[in-house]
Amino acid sequence: MSILEVENLSVSFKQYTDGFKEINHKVISSLSVTLEAGEILAVVGASGSGKSLLAHAILGILPRNASISGTIKYKGVELTAARLATLRGKELALVPQSVNFLDPLMRVGSQVRTASNSEDVVSAQRKVFERYHLGKEVESMYPFQLSGGMARRTLLSTAMVSGAKVIIADEPTPGLDPIVIKEALSNFREFADKGCAVMLITHDIESALQITDKIAVFYAGTTVEIASVKDFVGKGEAIRHPYTKALWRALPQNEFISIPGSQPHPSSLPPGCLFAPRCEIATPECEQAPPDMRELRDGMVRCIHAT
Amino acid sequence: MQLEAKDVGFRYGDGPWLFQRVNVMLEPGEIVGITGPSGRGKTTFCRILAGFESPVEGTVHVNGAPLPKSGYHPVQMVLQHPEKATNPRWKMHKVLNEGYQPDKELLDLLGIEQEWLTRWPHELSGGELQRFCVARALGPNTRFLIADEMTTMLDANTQAQIWHAIMSIAKQREMGILVVTHESKLMQRLCHRVIDFNEFD
Ligand code: SF4
Repeated sequence: MSILEVENLSVSFKQYTDGFKEINHKVISSLSVTLEAGEILAVVGASGSGKSLLAHAILGILPRNASISGTIKYKGVELTAARLATLRGKELALVPQSVNFLDPLMRVGSQVRTASNSEDVVSAQRKVFERYHLGKEVESMYPFQLSGGMARRTLLSTAMVSGAKVIIADEPTPGLDPIVIKEALSNFREFADKGCAVMLITHDIESALQITDKIAVFYAGTTVEIASVKDFVGKGEAIRHPYTKALWRALPQNEFISIPGSQPHPSSLPPGCLFAPRCEIATPECEQAPPDMRELRDGMVRCIHAT
Repeated sequence: MQLEAKDVGFRYGDGPWLFQRVNVMLEPGEIVGITGPSGRGKTTFCRILAGFESPVEGTVHVNGAPLPKSGYHPVQMVLQHPEKATNPRWKMHKVLNEGYQPDKELLDLLGIEQEWLTRWPHELSGGELQRFCVARALGPNTRFLIADEMTTMLDANTQAQIWHAIMSIAKQREMGILVVTHESKLMQRLCHRVIDFNEFD
């Protein structure tokens, strides 16, 4: 059963320019993605593609000036603000990207204990610290005393002790040692194998491929492809979308070639396919209307010409 | 012109040595990688080469002479987080032209779009900002570039795009590059040789 379903989600921000002109920044458009129990889903995309905002939308922590449409369901029931308030931190946990999510005035040991829903919070916290190689002295430190790597491990600990069923991890690994990364990733695997689910949001397609089952590729605020990890082999023949192919070919162990140009800005999205300005196989048809997500070879793709 | 670090050691005050007896020689046009676990002072070593920090012992020479104390520094460094290296109160054209005026060819090579120049740093993504930091570091008098986890936060396509731009400039100008990265595959792809920072104590 799908544990989390995001259907047709759009998020936009209104901004006023100097001339009081209203500009709409569409940061997420018509996004649908599902997360199954026992599964790790990677959401992979460039910085500025709106990946973090997806995490914030699911957890209901977008800023107030955001307007949202679409539905998000947890265990088949819509996640309303009231329901989220009871589930957040208990059944749904976030590993945030920024260390600013820690309370600057509270010792980190206490913060992790507050996040724990177990009987014996102290031993739960100590166990998780041990697992992430955070020494006993770290318990009584304040966030500003932590190194970048320690802070990330603290954030991971907070989510892990919560006993959540779904963890949404927003770029949990950069800046960590390869050894710690491997460990954190294998902990996610273990967590998923117990019937929970992880949404791993990352720019790093390579580490995503190592532990996940399914990859959702994000571009300019929407998913362009959902593919099984198995599709990422060889020259990427099994991959469906031109952008995903480009990402795969750009890896240093593959061809290390890039496509020119850059992702469109949320204030000036192209009218048709968001990738059209950079797509080698674009036709005039692609610029007419945004393509719908459609099923193709056991995966999904948002491209009219994909085969 | 060579960049040479000889018996370089560093520690804070009377604290324990972060590293000692580090010897690195970089030839013009040479691309050298540094590996080793984090927290062992690789970044501090890079900062010493770029002149942001002085070695406690040992010397750094460019072309046989000590690093200049003023004027344009021949060793430029690009870091992991471009947000921390750009003044949030300056628009991008000011950030870009701080040290020199990069030509259009360089901007095109790095995929910097004209329209970005009128934006504030917070209006750009990490990948877009990092292109500016790279452009800024590639002044005509840069002889060596230090890339400290420069593309760690970027997607594969942006990473390849930025590195291709740098490699073509390095070739044109015979610029030497020191690459610090955790990603072994990137290291293998880019570097002529790799130094293990663990070899020094
Ligand atoms: S819809 Fe057209 S422009 Fe968009 S990815 Fe497919 S072929 Fe390229």
